[in-house]
Amino acid sequence: MTPIYEIAVGIVLVVGSIFSLIATIGLLRLKDVYMRMHAGSKAGTLGSGLMLIALAVHAGQVDVLTRALAGVVFFLLTAPVAAHLLAKAAYQAGYKPCADTHIDEMADEAS
Amino acid sequence: MTGLFLINILLALAWGAVTGSFAEVNLFFGFVLGMLALYIIREQVGSDRYLRRFWLIFVLALTFVYELVLSALRVAAIVLRPKIDLKPGIIAYPLTVDRDFEITMLANLITLTPGTLSVDVSEDRSTLYVHCIDVPDKQATIDDIKNGFERQILEAFR
Repeated sequence: MTPIYEIAVGIVLVVGSIFSLIATIGLLRLKDVYMRMHAGSKAGTLGSGLMLIALAVHAGQVDVLTRALAGVVFFLLTAPVAAHLLAKAAYQAGYKPCADTHIDEMADEAS
Repeated sequence: MTGLFLINILLALAWGAVTGSFAEVNLFFGFVLGMLALYIIREQVGSDRYLRRFWLIFVLALTFVYELVLSALRVAAIVLRPKIDLKPGIIAYPLTVDRDFEITMLANLITLTPGTLSVDVSEDRSTLYVHCIDVPDKQATIDDIKNGFERQILEAFR
């Protein structure tokens, strides 16, 4: 493991953590559940993905690498589905989008 | 199509047997070599479409990652702004793709791209409801998806 590798792994880890932090700040600052899903599903996925990739490079073994990559792929596959289902459930439960929402064609459809 | 894929896997296994190593990296290399072999005889067995499809799926995957990075950066920019001033909205997106797995794929791609999140599909599968975090112009967003992901999906899987 050369120093260049170590530095690269460190940078990727820090960037991943920053994206996870941003996802958390987004959850706190955005106004309604739909907007919060944006922060959680995107910044969160990228953050965890980057950290898994850093782990894979750091370990430098094929079995760890394949498992970490499988983890990334599952993140990419499941995060959007989870975000989509949460948003759908919230909408069906009658959770109204925040007052700033200026178009709501789903409501138009139902009425 | 499926037949050629199986032949490609067989070629990869044959490569593994010939070189005496079934390690993942070697099998993957064998798979690439198999693709090359299929490319050389493309006019005889018609593997053109097969390889082209592989390439399109590869490009789609790359676009996916690229868009994910873009959208995470955009969410970051929005979240870290001192004053959050957005015009969110739920828009109806008319679907061109009609097969279940294509709709799923498109919905997932939309969720991972900048500022959009799919919320629901209408009963008749003709409309996808998309929540946009900031949508000053509804038609521009719809055109973006139409000319980007939906076209790529249609090219890769049809």
